[in-house]
Amino acid sequence: MIEGILIGLKTALSFQNLMMVMIGCFAGTIIGMLPGLGPMTAIALMIPITYGFDPATGLILMAGVYYGAVFGGSTSSILINAPGVPGTVATSFDGYPMAQQGKAGKALAIAAYSSFAGGTISAIFLLFAAPSLSKVSLSFRSPDYFGLMILGLTAVAAFSSKGNFLKAMMMCVLGLMLASVGQDTLSDIPRFTFNNMNLSDGISFVLVVMATFAMSEALTIIIKGNDPSKAAQQISLTDLGSIKVNKEETKQMAATIPRSSILGFIIGVLPGAGATIASFLAYGMERNFVKSEEKEKFGKGSVQGLSAPETANNAACSGSFVPLLTLGIPGSGTTAVMLGALLGFGIQPGPRLYETNPEIFWSVIMSMYIGMVVLLILNLPLIPYIARVLAVPRTFLIPMILFFSVTGIYLMSFNNFDIFLMIGIAVMATILRLYDFPMPPLILAFVLGGLMEENLRRSLLISDGSWTFLWDRPLTLCIMIVILIIVGWQIYNSFFKKKL
Amino acid sequence: MKINSVKIISLLFFVLSAFYLYTAHQIQVFAFDEGAPFNAKTFPIYLGYAGMFFSGLKIVLPDQKPVEVDPTYLEFKKTILLVLTMIVYGATILKVGFFLSTSLFLVFSYYFLGERRWKYIIIFSFPFVAIFMYLLHGLLAVYLRDPLLKYIGIMG
Repeated sequence: MIEGILIGLKTALSFQNLMMVMIGCFAGTIIGMLPGLGPMTAIALMIPITYGFDPATGLILMAGVYYGAVFGGSTSSILINAPGVPGTVATSFDGYPMAQQGKAGKALAIAAYSSFAGGTISAIFLLFAAPSLSKVSLSFRSPDYFGLMILGLTAVAAFSSKGNFLKAMMMCVLGLMLASVGQDTLSDIPRFTFNNMNLSDGISFVLVVMATFAMSEALTIIIKGNDPSKAAQQISLTDLGSIKVNKEETKQMAATIPRSSILGFIIGVLPGAGATIASFLAYGMERNFVKSEEKEKFGKGSVQGLSAPETANNAACSGSFVPLLTLGIPGSGTTAVMLGALLGFGIQPGPRLYETNPEIFWSVIMSMYIGMVVLLILNLPLIPYIARVLAVPRTFLIPMILFFSVTGIYLMSFNNFDIFLMIGIAVMATILRLYDFPMPPLILAFVLGGLMEENLRRSLLISDGSWTFLWDRPLTLCIMIVILIIVGWQIYNSFFKKKL
Repeated sequence: MKINSVKIISLLFFVLSAFYLYTAHQIQVFAFDEGAPFNAKTFPIYLGYAGMFFSGLKIVLPDQKPVEVDPTYLEFKKTILLVLTMIVYGATILKVGFFLSTSLFLVFSYYFLGERRWKYIIIFSFPFVAIFMYLLHGLLAVYLRDPLLKYIGIMG
């Protein structure tokens, strides 16, 4: 392994590759910051460029873009409450309220330090534990995955929207309903398409996330134009405040980062789980770990509420490379795009990658760490300047957000129908937002819908239609018990505790 | 039980779930798949029931956190104008082309939101879109359909 690390270091520290990490991180940050444009779009745009380089350099550039875009996504989540990717949705829960309190610089610094720490810890895990962790993820079966996805949704519903458990569950169901539109993956039977060809491929994730976040956020700002409440106020992007983090906040982060890193990395290793579930679970877990007075601050600008999802989503990014590099199974949509790029280079990721292309395997791992350092050293001090991209008056900012959203969809499909559908979903989401129906559960459910159905299908087919698969395996049983505890606790808190 | 906007939204969601459930039952599956433990309509049927269950509970149970939205604070006119502008933008983008439709969308949106500084309105519409198009189409080779610019001969 030492030899592999040295090979990786040598490759990653070459001048060309160092430049690639820096360019990737910087370009990724800018792209990731724009609402609706996330790592997947950024990496997809990079693929034609990477084919001009050798595989290791190309992959290093894409890894840099990936981390940069995740960091950039956090920036737009914090500053304008418009996450570009679902992995940074949980960041906005406390990052945006903190920015509303005039502490945008501090929120960005906490996000950057947490990302760095999460990424660093998980890069070390990746370095030493990749082979054995891939075995753990292989032991997961469909019922476990199905249980894990239910757990993710329940945790989001329970913890992301205090006192709105039923509303959040309704949004989960709505997200799953939207995900079910289109042809059934196995039989190709059209479902809920109403004989409309435009719906036969389903509704795209980018469309739903732009409609429910970027667009509806813009419309909510407009419709609440006369509302004197703070929620309607726009963050000042010209004065982000200090980026210094005080001792008390560092102490709080020091407790949060290790546990969120471990959770994020483990979730990231599981194929299909990824940064989104990791960040939501970390947020939920952190809320349970903190003292009751700190718990009250969650959703209102809590340091730990911001640090936990940021740490976990970056740790999960590293984790998601484990199944990609060792098994050839992408752990997320973004790594799926990278898998396509690797295949384009003529490289088949899998257990043999160590032997056949050790320089690729190890240089990617080493470049991840270098990418983290680059993000912290270059991007954090530059963020107040980069963020000025977003520092335009509301009269200009809102049309720009709408323009980027519509253009994003237009470029994907060149289809009027998708634009109208996006506007329709955005209007619906705006009305729901007005009445405190949370959007994050909808997005998570939409992302997980296909995987959830696939795993339920396999589980039910294996158990011949019996639901005993939910408790047959000890691991599934444990997950189900945790779900029951969360639901039970929510019902108790919502309908009994308050009445006492 | 007090009727409020959240209850009405929940009721609408209940109706939507019922309609979804009905439509799920109408999905035509292959004959050999009818009695299978899982087919194309199994998951949607569960979802329909789940939607009715959660929205039903929301209708019946008392509100723990009632939400009151004062309509006098809401900017309906601006929002509706902006949504209508987007619809027109969506309808014209393919026929009129990206450059003109996007530039006009931006001009009208800035104006409807109260911007009156025409210098900035112009700078952040036509030239801004031209630069954006150059970056996307010229540098990154991302295809942008624009029949108008193609007709004039600016775009290939």
